Amino acid sequence: MIEARNLTKDYGEKRAVDDLTFTVRPGLVTGFLGPNGSGKSTTMRLILDLDRPTSGSVIVNGKPYRDHAAPLRQVGALLEARSVHTGRSAANHLLALAQTHGIPQRRVDELIDLVGLRDVAKKRAGQFSLGMGQRLGIASALLGDPQTVILDEPVNGLDPEGIHWIRNVLRGLAADGRTVFVSSHLMSEMSLTADHLIVIGRGRLIADLSVEQFLKQSSKNLVRVRSPQASELRELVLGPAVAVSSDEPGVLEIDGLTSEQIGELAAAHRIVLHELVPHQASLEEAFMDLTRGELEYQAAAGVEVAA
Amino acid sequence: MTATAVGSTTPLGEKIRVTQPRVVLSEWTKLRSLRSTRWSLLAATVLTIGLPILGAAVISSHWAQRSAADKASFHPLDVALIGSQVAQLAIGVLGVLVISGEYSTGMIRATLSAVPKRLPVLWAKAAVYATVCFLLMLPATLIAFFASQAILSGHHIQIAFSHAHVARAVVGAALYLTVIAVFSLSLGAILRNTAGGIATFAAILFVIPPLMNVLPTSWNDAASPYLPSNAGRAILAITRDSSSLAPWTGFGLFCGYTAVALLLAAVLLRRRDA
Repeated sequence: MIEARNLTKDYGEKRAVDDLTFTVRPGLVTGFLGPNGSGKSTTMRLILDLDRPTSGSVIVNGKPYRDHAAPLRQVGALLEARSVHTGRSAANHLLALAQTHGIPQRRVDELIDLVGLRDVAKKRAGQFSLGMGQRLGIASALLGDPQTVILDEPVNGLDPEGIHWIRNVLRGLAADGRTVFVSSHLMSEMSLTADHLIVIGRGRLIADLSVEQFLKQSSKNLVRVRSPQASELRELVLGPAVAVSSDEPGVLEIDGLTSEQIGELAAAHRIVLHELVPHQASLEEAFMDLTRGELEYQAAAGVEVAA
Repeated sequence: MTATAVGSTTPLGEKIRVTQPRVVLSEWTKLRSLRSTRWSLLAATVLTIGLPILGAAVISSHWAQRSAADKASFHPLDVALIGSQVAQLAIGVLGVLVISGEYSTGMIRATLSAVPKRLPVLWAKAAVYATVCFLLMLPATLIAFFASQAILSGHHIQIAFSHAHVARAVVGAALYLTVIAVFSLSLGAILRNTAGGIATFAAILFVIPPLMNVLPTSWNDAASPYLPSNAGRAILAITRDSSSLAPWTGFGLFCGYTAVALLLAAVLLRRRDA
């Protein structure tokens, strides 16, 4: 369980996290979603007491992180930036972290096998590929068999097999009743793993809802219609609550009516339909809709950016 | 992959928690598992032993050709301790790296996530590094002393370990290098940057002392003995010129400077974002 209350962090003049209040519950995978630079990593650093909040607070499993006697038992974290000395072997890296808590060597060996780094465990971490680095980071996060797992962009740099693996790890951790908090800037990734979403933009909370709600709320009920009598149909459906757009001749995108309503309307007026497709906005579109205006660096549409 | 495979099959019981001795063990693992550590410490040890042997051999082979003035100004203890001059550079550079290396690689985030109270990490790093340096440097300075004096004895120009102040100076060299270890580590923790830490260390030890010569002599004489390097090295001196501090006074002052640096490092470590 992670509870953030009015969490705010300034770096000099810049406000990275702005009055965030949210709760991450156990037994679910909670996706932490936002465009790059929206404050996700900063929030995670604040949870781990790596950075001190300017105001507000965040507690993990009932206490500030630093007040736990065995922090690695409470929270395991994979931060986006690498947190490994490049000159040390994976095995020694894990051992050094384990020793701070008196976690036995056996647990270290177990994790090396679990994340599939056995063959390279004695190699220096600086020689690791991005994917191997992520696996080592995940091994570090799971070292203390923690109640809460925080992962910042865990699929970055993983190959498809690795991505599949991490999704299963996350689902397994949540099924165990643990709190799983995973950040991503990709909605599509979240839709496959997350149950709940916390969406931020420019450090502010935009949404805190289930994935299902998110999709329902965000998707426009667009219906794509292809008809040789498109212009007739257009006149027929247009109304105060209905918008119609057309990208190509003979095709209408109707917003505001269901496909049933359109089909019945067309039948009643003897209009031939060749295609009638209800179309949910894609997840990425829904996410873009939600965060529009909250992007830190938004390219001006249709305008040359070059000065 | 099933859920149970993620959880620990090794029971992690109530005894799992952070303690200062455990953090010390962890820092020992970190120190011994880096190549840079092994090379720097090997270099420091080899230089501490090798340079005095080399120096003694050169002096012995040319002793007959030396002028009377040269012979008069020669002191056998100086030869025995020349290695410490170079060893302090290796120990100082490594001391900075012990902490700055964690910041440059990002390891510090893993370290402080495991020990979010933070201060046990600084104490453990200082204790482990100081202990390792002392345990290497004490035998090294003793070996350097006896080996170099054995070579010099060919010309009967050696000094005995039992001679007044010799034991203090030889053991003092190892103590001085140990405090250098903590001093440089503190600088690394304050500056959190390898280049900045090493430059500051070199400036304090090697650059500022000769710069004092541009001051008027009376100012120079008044201030120089209190510089960290000069104060610390008083414990290595067997002959004293009028301006320098007494051996233990000087060494005590150097320990004081080091304590202030370590304390500042502790305050900053607690306060700053990692």
